[in-house]
Amino acid sequence: MIEIRNLTKIYDGTAAVDDVSLTVEKGQIAALVGTSGSGKTTLLRMINRLVEPTHGQVLIDGEDTQDIAPHLLRRRIGYAIQGHGLFPHHSVARNIGTVPKLLGWKPEAIRARVDELLELFQLDPAAFRDRMPQELSGGQQQRVGVARALAARPDLLLMDEPFGALDPVIRAKAQHDLRDIQRQLGTTLILVTHDMEEAVTLGDRIAVMDKGRLVQYAPPAEVLTAPATPFVRDLVGQAERPFRLLSLTPASAVARAGQADGAPIPRTASLRDALAECLWSGRDAVPVEGGGIVTLAALRAEAAPTARAAE
Amino acid sequence: MTGRLLLAAALLFLLAFLASPHSFAGLFQPLIRPNQPAIYTQTPLWSLTLSHLTLVALAVSASTLVALILAVLVTRPAGREFLPLARTITAVGQTLPPVAVLALAVPVMGFGAGPTLVALFLYGLLPVFENALAGLTRQPAQVAEAARGMGLTARQRLWQVDLPLALPVILTGMRLTAVISLGTATIGSTVAARTLGEVIIAGLLSSNTAFVLQGGMVVGIIAILIHQTFQTLERMAARRIGLG
Repeated sequence: MIEIRNLTKIYDGTAAVDDVSLTVEKGQIAALVGTSGSGKTTLLRMINRLVEPTHGQVLIDGEDTQDIAPHLLRRRIGYAIQGHGLFPHHSVARNIGTVPKLLGWKPEAIRARVDELLELFQLDPAAFRDRMPQELSGGQQQRVGVARALAARPDLLLMDEPFGALDPVIRAKAQHDLRDIQRQLGTTLILVTHDMEEAVTLGDRIAVMDKGRLVQYAPPAEVLTAPATPFVRDLVGQAERPFRLLSLTPASAVARAGQADGAPIPRTASLRDALAECLWSGRDAVPVEGGGIVTLAALRAEAAPTARAAE
Repeated sequence: MTGRLLLAAALLFLLAFLASPHSFAGLFQPLIRPNQPAIYTQTPLWSLTLSHLTLVALAVSASTLVALILAVLVTRPAGREFLPLARTITAVGQTLPPVAVLALAVPVMGFGAGPTLVALFLYGLLPVFENALAGLTRQPAQVAEAARGMGLTARQRLWQVDLPLALPVILTGMRLTAVISLGTATIGSTVAARTLGEVIIAGLLSSNTAFVLQGGMVVGIIAILIHQTFQTLERMAARRIGLG
């Protein structure tokens, strides 16, 4: 569990981060969203003390990060950044093994861990182990960057715009894979992004930052349906609101008994996918794999904030 | 490929010439006046070449070592304020004409190799320093951020990241210093350092163009070979870090 208490960073008399407090539960994903200059990256970098706070505390499982030497603290926390930051003069294996080596793992243990992670990120160890970073595609580099951040089995992973340099198709897959891997490993994840879509897709909770202050910290549905300030509402985007709301719920959750024609959609597909399928095929309802249907009426109800508020 | 062949040919020619200069006397015959010797024989050419190269190697190693240490120090947070000072020192070293350094050093150190070493050392600081500085400061920001974020200590970052990534640029600085020193070392013979300058000076004093050409030719060929060797090393180092 990560507790951030009254964290403040002042640069030349201006607060880049202003009295921010928030808690991220173990195994959860918190997405820090905001425009550039909102202080989200500074907040993230104060957690592993790449930036020293002016005031305030960060507690990891109750332990104050100020009591740990910065380089030792950072070896316990995974860190992945935009554009990956892989060492260009080290092979993929050596890049991934960086932190385990710093921690004094045995070479065989490092090798085994590297192969395990490459498998996890769907990169064939035999083919990729000895490649140099510049020989990889952008998506592969990004995966190696995240694998490197996870190498020493950190309980906490910090990511700063990790998918920022990827094209949209690869980005969607990378987000999906990250979510799966995070669930599988139970890692607590704090992610900085300027993309509300990404925050909604990945975050268990979304922290919206504006001019250094935390203006809202809530589950995605609440940020979408009850934005705390006009700034949050603008960030969500009025035109996108209903679709983002629908994207939060899997089709299986609202499927009810009934008959509908056409090919079924997967159980894990979101209501947004279901809506798209209805609109595109001109149907009023689509079947869900494994039984049940999702109707347009149900979708309409789910897409309206009032329906949620009543829950 | 042709370049490599030419280089190999130049190297073979140089070795052959140094091993048996008299076999090449015919080549220099047209340049001399009657009764002048075509080949310098006071000291064997190979021995002058060796001591010339030793002198240059010593001077380049010393300036590289000092310039690297300076560059590392002024790029650490604690040493940043010494950057202007270090720049001034290395720039002055480059500004002082080596001849003037020789003249100043002889009264203190006496004749011989010492003053030449000092002159070459001072002259060679700037290229290595400026290149190392550029190499150490123009690293990709993300790589530096990742290194810090993963918990490498300052020292680990220097040895494992900064220096390996700066290596190609540092080698470029060493190449400049080596080639400059190789040519400049010849004037050391004016203060009795044993260098190939001895042959050139003897030629100038006795109006023997053949001597001047011999000395100049050996220095020139070695300069080209060293230049090429360093360029090859630079390319290898650049490839290792994913450039070129």
